[in-house]
Amino acid sequence: MNCYIRATGNISPQLTAGHPPFLAGPLQEYTGTRMNCAEPDYKDLIDVKLIRRMSRIIRMGVAAATECLQEAGVSMPDAIVTGTAYGCLEDTGHFISRMVSQNEELLTPTAFIQSTHNTIGAQIGLMLKCNRYNNAFVHRGFSFESALLDAMMLLQEEEAQHVLVGGIDEITDYSHTILSRMGLYRRGHASNLDLLEQPSRGTMAGEGAAFFLVASERSATDYARLDGLATLYKPDGPAVIEQKLNSFLEANQLDFSDIDLVINGRNGDLKHDQVYDELKALQICPQVSYKQLCGEYPTSTAFAVWMAANILKSGDLPPLLAPSVAEQEKINRILIYNQYGNIHHSFVLLSAC
Amino acid sequence: MNEPVFVAGIGAISAIGNNIAENLNALLSETTGIGKMTGLDSVHRDQLPVAEVKMDHQALASLAGLPEGISRTALLSAVAAREALGSAAIPGFGKLRSGFISANSVGGMDRTEKFFIPFMENNQRGRLRDVVHHECGTVTELVADKLGIKDQVTTISTACSSSANAIFFGARLIRNGLLDVVVAGGADSLTKFTLNGFNTLMILDSALCKPFDENRKGLNLGEGAGYVVLVSEKLAATLDQKPICRLSGYCNANDAYHQTASSPDGTGSFLAMSGALQKSGLNPADISYINLHGTGTQNNDIAEGTAIKRLFDPHYPPMSSTKAYTGHTLGGCGGLEAVYSILAIREGLIYPNLRLETPMKDLPFRVQTRLQRHAAVEHVLSNSFGFGGNCTSLIFSKA
Repeated sequence: MNCYIRATGNISPQLTAGHPPFLAGPLQEYTGTRMNCAEPDYKDLIDVKLIRRMSRIIRMGVAAATECLQEAGVSMPDAIVTGTAYGCLEDTGHFISRMVSQNEELLTPTAFIQSTHNTIGAQIGLMLKCNRYNNAFVHRGFSFESALLDAMMLLQEEEAQHVLVGGIDEITDYSHTILSRMGLYRRGHASNLDLLEQPSRGTMAGEGAAFFLVASERSATDYARLDGLATLYKPDGPAVIEQKLNSFLEANQLDFSDIDLVINGRNGDLKHDQVYDELKALQICPQVSYKQLCGEYPTSTAFAVWMAANILKSGDLPPLLAPSVAEQEKINRILIYNQYGNIHHSFVLLSAC
Repeated sequence: MNEPVFVAGIGAISAIGNNIAENLNALLSETTGIGKMTGLDSVHRDQLPVAEVKMDHQALASLAGLPEGISRTALLSAVAAREALGSAAIPGFGKLRSGFISANSVGGMDRTEKFFIPFMENNQRGRLRDVVHHECGTVTELVADKLGIKDQVTTISTACSSSANAIFFGARLIRNGLLDVVVAGGADSLTKFTLNGFNTLMILDSALCKPFDENRKGLNLGEGAGYVVLVSEKLAATLDQKPICRLSGYCNANDAYHQTASSPDGTGSFLAMSGALQKSGLNPADISYINLHGTGTQNNDIAEGTAIKRLFDPHYPPMSSTKAYTGHTLGGCGGLEAVYSILAIREGLIYPNLRLETPMKDLPFRVQTRLQRHAAVEHVLSNSFGFGGNCTSLIFSKA
């Protein structure tokens, strides 16, 4: 199967919107437990009349998708596939809180209409007048991975030549309060600058919208080639994860020595990161982490894919990541390993092209 | 990549029955499941009829074999998915590469909306166990774990076309050689969130809905679940039971017209239906029956009807909407109606479109009003269209 990443669009807590030089700095610092996106001026990307009606996640998603399509020079993709674990939380929270406080009376439809999980993909389709395939995956830590699998299958089936695929999630006040009560985040002082260096209980919440235009045909400006994807649901211990990883690499005719860089999903939570410590086989590979940049959220693998695509395009680690890895040769092959809550594990393999 | 995918089992729960046999009986006796709201605790209970599964939460949990504290959507999903897998009776299931691809529209919203009452007063209040299953994917995982499925577990949510998309994504996982067997479909329980949402859009009928009637006033919401067990050709050949039918065609298209309304000419519906026909290699004249999306709203029925006219004129197959029986089960309807379409093939049935009085004046065809038994049903087209312009059509064909 051929699947090339032709273009990207990424709105994240770092300065990534608008395709500035790749993670050239400065690193955006967040204290507390919430890393919100550094949002661009949407007027350059979305019709002003539409912006007003859109909630934050819809703006972020539509803007990231627009940046991606503009970079690709593709005005009409053959398919639009989105992944979001939580969906449009702001609109959902808005409608449900009004419903409760007004005892189901005098409600207005806008928030309800925009609360459905397919809203972002639908809005992109509507904006482009794209009548083609449009799908939305909403499966927790597999939401983006499922969307990516769908995109890869569409290319393989020759149902599509260009697929727009993205992962999007947002933090809202309600969701942050609830997830904090569930014990996901640090108590007391936290900063993303030392999140991983000083592991403790809990992590920091993140969010983001990262889109990719994947194509079956190679072009001169591709970022990288997407070679494979594997997911593992609720594995029963490190041996099972290692077995899956081995068979995944074997299926791609690779072994660990072929991997120039591993991007891991460490998030600074001791219990969460133990899973990475226990995966001994990967320890021989040079590694970098990414959640100090974007925080923890169920579709963060999309941020990691964006990072991998950019590293492979340049062949080098960017200034913001370089200190953690010794001087090395050109990076040709990257393995992303992320896991969410030790329930959803995923491997994504990419190579330079 | 184009090997046939077979249906080896089916399961359903809806307002007209808690299993396949009960659903079939109600379809044959022309008994609607829509009536006065009794289970859902809403201020609209006396104004808005709904199609509730006729079991309280406790009884449903007991039937599902799951704790009472979890979302009703997970309970409905578990009951129907388990029936589907049981009826497929696949030997050595545990050794096969299996998937559970499920759909729902609002996850565990029925619990979340309970949580929000104390939470709105004080954000440190509300029991967290009422909100842990809020995510759509969590509902799927409760059922996947119950079924013992791990290889591929995912959730699709494209509003009212969700479970039709889940079924065809499942078929593609088989065709791409990733899985041998997939349980696919979807579920939704009634929630105050969706009831009030649809109510603000003013598309709920305060009487029993009348799909494809000139004087239709809107839809009635329902709850339920429907699942199919899809198997590869290779696996089908090893089974003792002959497959019920094949999934021969599918297509997902987008109307790209409006977030909630369908385009007047039903562009998305037309593209979904014609794309599914193309995929199956069939002509419009080959279709024996259309299970319509037919919600009973002004907008859906004229858009869908117009698209059917464009595609089928002048030779219309029999068609009906079974939502007059079950209400609109949202994320569940694609699965439930896939099951009814498969039953139409298995039993040789054309279902009546209940309560039709005046056929729509702007359409040149009439929907089926009488139950037809012993019909030669070879190919059934099942439509599911949703918010966001998401339109999906499936075609089931005799094996």
